Amino acid sequence: MIKNILNLGDAALYCDFGKDVNKETNIQVIKYFKSIQNKNIEGINNLTPSYNKLIVSFDLKKTNFKNLKNIIENLTITNSSDLKNKKIEIPVCTHENFSLDIKRLEQILNLSREDIYKNFFNKEFFCYMTGFIAGMPFLGDLDYNMRAERLETPRVKVPKGSIGLTEQFANIYTYESPGGWNIIGNTPKNIFNNSKEKDPNLINPGDIISFKEITKDQYNNYND
Amino acid sequence: MTKNYFEIKRAGINTTFQDQGRNNLYHIGIPFSGAMDNRNYLLVNKLTGNKLDHPAIEFAYQGPLLKYYGNKISIAITGDVNFKIKRSEIIIDGKCYQTFNIQNGDELDIISTNKSVYGYLGIGGQIDLKYQWASCSTNTKANIGANNGKKLEENQKINISKINENLNNYKLDYINTKIENIRIIKGTNFDYFSEKGKKIFLEKEFTVSKLSDRMGMRLEGPKIENIVNTNIKSEGLIKGVIQVPADGNPIIMLSDHGTIGGYPKLGVVISADYDKLVQLTPGSKIKFKEVELSDAETLFKLYELETQNLISRI
Repeated sequence: MIKNILNLGDAALYCDFGKDVNKETNIQVIKYFKSIQNKNIEGINNLTPSYNKLIVSFDLKKTNFKNLKNIIENLTITNSSDLKNKKIEIPVCTHENFSLDIKRLEQILNLSREDIYKNFFNKEFFCYMTGFIAGMPFLGDLDYNMRAERLETPRVKVPKGSIGLTEQFANIYTYESPGGWNIIGNTPKNIFNNSKEKDPNLINPGDIISFKEITKDQYNNYND
Repeated sequence: MTKNYFEIKRAGINTTFQDQGRNNLYHIGIPFSGAMDNRNYLLVNKLTGNKLDHPAIEFAYQGPLLKYYGNKISIAITGDVNFKIKRSEIIIDGKCYQTFNIQNGDELDIISTNKSVYGYLGIGGQIDLKYQWASCSTNTKANIGANNGKKLEENQKINISKINENLNNYKLDYINTKIENIRIIKGTNFDYFSEKGKKIFLEKEFTVSKLSDRMGMRLEGPKIENIVNTNIKSEGLIKGVIQVPADGNPIIMLSDHGTIGGYPKLGVVISADYDKLVQLTPGSKIKFKEVELSDAETLFKLYELETQNLISRI
């Protein structure tokens, strides 16, 4: 449930679901997000769900904070059984050209490269949110012994398809972008398709993701 | 059939097609985009006889040099812009907020903006452009929108599929005023900052840094001290949010901002001041002033009324 609704500036609502980052809280956020989206409420022009917050942006010419706060507080929320989760497998190549930060992770985590990959490829991930850059999924949760801080100086360019780890999350760089996550591999699969107007994102909040290791040859010959 | 087009002889620094932007895509990571200075964008469309949500060409600092081929067409430029029209041997001095009718062989040289960042070129006709999610606004980072999501480049053409039937001769007396204070509402992490930090934010002067673009405006000045945590769990952003990373220098989110961010939110620029904010050039001094939500709502109504009034005078 929403704990508190504040204004973020004069044209957005800041719906706070609490401090914790966990699946239960995130599923609440996603339920609210989908319910508000389905209602097509006049004046709302954007919804941004994240781990434990939902930001509702609106057109100040058409509505205002007080109005929308009232509507959202009295909204009937869709049952979680209506959430349609997809299961998606992402191929990943861990060739040394792609695993830019594996050595750094071996040191920080005090684990061997084999242990890191074994843990990573055996895991099922839950998509908490997408964004920052178009289509980038934030996938959790990594085991406690797999959690590392981001790079002290972010890279100016992280290659498209890079798989990054930071704290409890894995992500995928959907196109070349600056970024500070620890890169452990690369996927040849297109995660964000900017030529598709309907569902440009392969992965959406609530989806279940697993990663599958492929060889450099399979990577080079991959046909999406 | 006659072909009407502009040939780009010089592209300018950051010349893109923009319109009202695209909605309902933050949740997949696609920002609003759209014209940075919405008022000047609307005015350029009215001046060229277009619908108000028609695409216009936005340029920053140095604009493009264009050569026109085809039948007579209306153009107009808004903002604070120095430009010239070359017609064979004659050079016509350009004036902003005025329609010009240009003809085959004319050259339009948009030399530079004066003490401002963005200017708008309106073309009186339909331009051949690709729409994505109901907008042709160009997002050069995600390569979305018109021109394959890229800046305009030298030697390419801007094709006009249909020229507006009436040529216009509009003129508007309007001068872009500079804003003294940028008004803000406290952000959701306002209390992450020390009393001294809050005082600095609301009383001291900041300088707009060179590292500013359509994504964000970085400020330099006295450092704003965080006493709670320099990171928050990543959450949604909107344009106008002022984030303060660990180094204590504020960054204001602008129209192409990343949709999610993990730095504490110190404040949010009010909607009424956004158009003026984006026009501040690197080196400009900025001072912030806090207002209440109700004041911000009233100020926006007034700003909107003023914009509508300007549009109706054309």
